[in-house]
Amino acid sequence: MNTVSHRCFRVVLITLFGALCVVTALVCVGIGTIHFSLREIVRGLFVADDSTSRLLIWHLRFPRILCGGLVGVCLSLSGCILQGVMRNTMASPSTIGVTGGASFIGYITLVVFPNFSHLLPIGSIVGAFVTTMLIYALAYQKGVSPVKMILSGMAVSALFGAFNDMIKTFFADSLGNASGFLVGGLNGTGWSHFGMIAPYALCGVLLCFLLPSKMNILMLGDETANSLGLRTERFRFFLIAISSLLSGAAISVAGLISFVGLVVPHIARLLVGSDYKYLFPASAFLGFTLVVACDTIGRVIMPPGEIPVSIILSFIGAPFFLYLLRTRETGGEG
Amino acid sequence: MYFGFEDITIAFRSKTVLQHVTLDIPRGKIVTIIGQNGCGKSSLLKTVSKTVTPRAGRVLYEGLPLDAYAPKVLARHIAYLAQVHTSPPDIDVRTLVSYGRYPYMKMGRGLNAEDGRIIDETLRLTGLEHLQRRTLRTLSGGERQRAWIAMTVCQQPEILILDEPTTYLDISYQMEVLELVRRLNREMGMTIVMVLHDLNMAARYSDYLYVIKDGGLYAGGAPGKVITQETLREVFRIEADITHDAAHNCPYFIPMRILNGTAGESPTDTKM
Repeated sequence: MNTVSHRCFRVVLITLFGALCVVTALVCVGIGTIHFSLREIVRGLFVADDSTSRLLIWHLRFPRILCGGLVGVCLSLSGCILQGVMRNTMASPSTIGVTGGASFIGYITLVVFPNFSHLLPIGSIVGAFVTTMLIYALAYQKGVSPVKMILSGMAVSALFGAFNDMIKTFFADSLGNASGFLVGGLNGTGWSHFGMIAPYALCGVLLCFLLPSKMNILMLGDETANSLGLRTERFRFFLIAISSLLSGAAISVAGLISFVGLVVPHIARLLVGSDYKYLFPASAFLGFTLVVACDTIGRVIMPPGEIPVSIILSFIGAPFFLYLLRTRETGGEG
Repeated sequence: MYFGFEDITIAFRSKTVLQHVTLDIPRGKIVTIIGQNGCGKSSLLKTVSKTVTPRAGRVLYEGLPLDAYAPKVLARHIAYLAQVHTSPPDIDVRTLVSYGRYPYMKMGRGLNAEDGRIIDETLRLTGLEHLQRRTLRTLSGGERQRAWIAMTVCQQPEILILDEPTTYLDISYQMEVLELVRRLNREMGMTIVMVLHDLNMAARYSDYLYVIKDGGLYAGGAPGKVITQETLREVFRIEADITHDAAHNCPYFIPMRILNGTAGESPTDTKM
């Protein structure tokens, strides 16, 4: 296989993933208690009128899909970065307990500033950052061993989970406005939520464009990366900050959504290889598709009720995670 | 001093590994550091890759300590190959070799035509052209080591530092690697600093040998001067017959028996 065709293959694949996002979004806008045809969808998206279809498509379903997609993109990219930072392919925001820490600071933000729910993303980003640094400091030693990482993650999650339950019990009144954040799902997310996280999420996504060549060097191990002229410690710190920006933004709108950050980078790696130049875009597109598709399944599978997206994702993600735990004893080395 | 270690002391917690070691590496030569396991020779090299920070002393290049250079600038002059390599399992030889161009890359830019030419050149020089699309895990030990060396060659360094480049390799692969190292030295003028375990190989392929013992420099000089009955007895605890290998103009020895105790005993144990 020569260079050109190999690269072409991956570029084509990534383009297909991009197209898949658009198709999934369009299909999912149409599905629900009322189904819409493609013509009605296009009309609903582009013609502003007072019709029911406009209300359903533009004000309810479409922003929810964008939110879900953005959450998927953020969690997947964050997982990609964490797997590089920890030198361990089982790292992800949920497995290392970032979700718990991010929600904790998020809750505190809501309790302390009850009238400023737009500060929520900042709170969860800070929480994500603190938790990641904590896990990194606790478990890192020339890479993080899967067992050590998951045990530290469990302990940290349990601790923050306890705090979170306590806050939910005592300050139930102050927490009224952030339903998705509390329950873990996308039910009720609208344009306001999208507007709340978009600046942070887009910032994080743009910063990811700066990373691929350095990520590839980092994967050669600290000793080699250092001698190639990469300041590994500084770069890791930078990576943890970006990953927290992404996961914090996602968590502040959708709460505890597990396994996206774990499953998506893995599937992407299987399909396009471990070069971060291809891994980042592939993960972003697949993350978008996965979350939007799972959310729609949860929305329509048991009418009139709704199953939160996090539950659908756990049905898929948990077995996958156990499978990885069995097959990847040594993590990312090799 | 062109390149070298000045008054280096290395300690891990309370255990001192090296004490006030000064090594001068002459330009354009192959210098090999030898010594018993755990004598600190690899730690000494690791001060160059900054994975080990010396308690005292500094590493000098062109009269300045390494910290005086920006990391990327330094990486264009000094390349370092670690003993243990980690890499994603699915990258191919050419991709690995291309990472050697990282120190020359501008922020946010990919490889340019010049980089491509240098990569091609390096693959040819290291005899990896026909393997360039193979993934690392499908290669033999010798080929894989050559691919990693090719990556460092792509840095176009003046000085190449190799930490035990032949460990775990069969004898033919060991020679393959050392022949390549010699060619880099003779044809491209690279200064080579390495750690080797096989003393006969070290004697054959080096211009200078430095011997480390008990945290200090025991001897240094041309192989013919350093490989003596006395060195082998004092440092490596063996009695040996030394002959001269006329074909390669270097000393060659046959180990006869172990001194001071049984095989496997560590050198730090108390003497009989």
